Amino acid sequence: MKNTGTLAVALQGDRDIVMTRVFNAPRALVWDAFTKPELLLRWFGPRSCPIVECDVDLRVGGGFRYVMRGSDGCPMGMRGVWRELDPPKRAVHLETFDDYPGESIVTSDFAEREGTTTLTITVQYESPEHRQGVLASGMEHGAAETFDRLAEMLAGVEV
Amino acid sequence: MQLLGYEWADDSRLDATFAALADPTRRAILARLAQGDASVTELAKPFAMSQPAISKHLKVLERAGLVSRSRDAQRRPCRIEAEPLAAANDWLERYREALEPSFQRLDALLEEMQGKTTRRRQPKLPRKKNR
Repeated sequence: MKNTGTLAVALQGDRDIVMTRVFNAPRALVWDAFTKPELLLRWFGPRSCPIVECDVDLRVGGGFRYVMRGSDGCPMGMRGVWRELDPPKRAVHLETFDDYPGESIVTSDFAEREGTTTLTITVQYESPEHRQGVLASGMEHGAAETFDRLAEMLAGVEV
Repeated sequence: MQLLGYEWADDSRLDATFAALADPTRRAILARLAQGDASVTELAKPFAMSQPAISKHLKVLERAGLVSRSRDAQRRPCRIEAEPLAAANDWLERYREALEPSFQRLDALLEEMQGKTTRRRQPKLPRKKNR
């Protein structure tokens, strides 16, 4: 596997999670990958729960709808409403999950420098408890992903 | 999952750790202590802050278990405690592991998108003739 950029995750204040990731591409391309359904379908979501449906209405007040399907077959849906769009620099949306309570405000900043893009995603949850709950479910997915990858390696499947 | 249940019993402690780390002065204090023990006077020196203000930050760090202070010596040197920091780091690392695989797929996709652009341009360049 290629040695790629690494995702940095940090907690900010008592209800934000800040993620930073560098991509080897101009920000116009990274922006497209985050906003065009045909591209989102190719990378978004945990491997154990791939994205199967994706609609994006890229206008302030418009929104997006993603459906992911887990290994147990149940769909997991999420939707967003765009609050601010400044392509290819910045997007702010309100995000909710079908099966989890609470909504979060997600700010994505795309900064370009010498052909690479630093993406900073700030997720602000309604409360510290909400953030805690999301982190807990993230940990479960993380463990599942790791075991999947281990199984693939053991089976000699190219990752 | 048993392991998660056990980890989450420690929630309040992680909260204290992350709250303590949310402040830049406290992170700077920890960075200084990572180089060796120091008294409050020594810690206050590089900051444009009074000793009582530094002491307040130290109390937060102490409550979070990130810093301990010797009881006997008169200067009561502060010492960094590595264990809660390691626990906090471990926690974020697992969150990172959950998301990184999809970003790696995005890396591959972006590479492909740029590869296509290059291929489209290539016929215009008379490189092969020159070589």
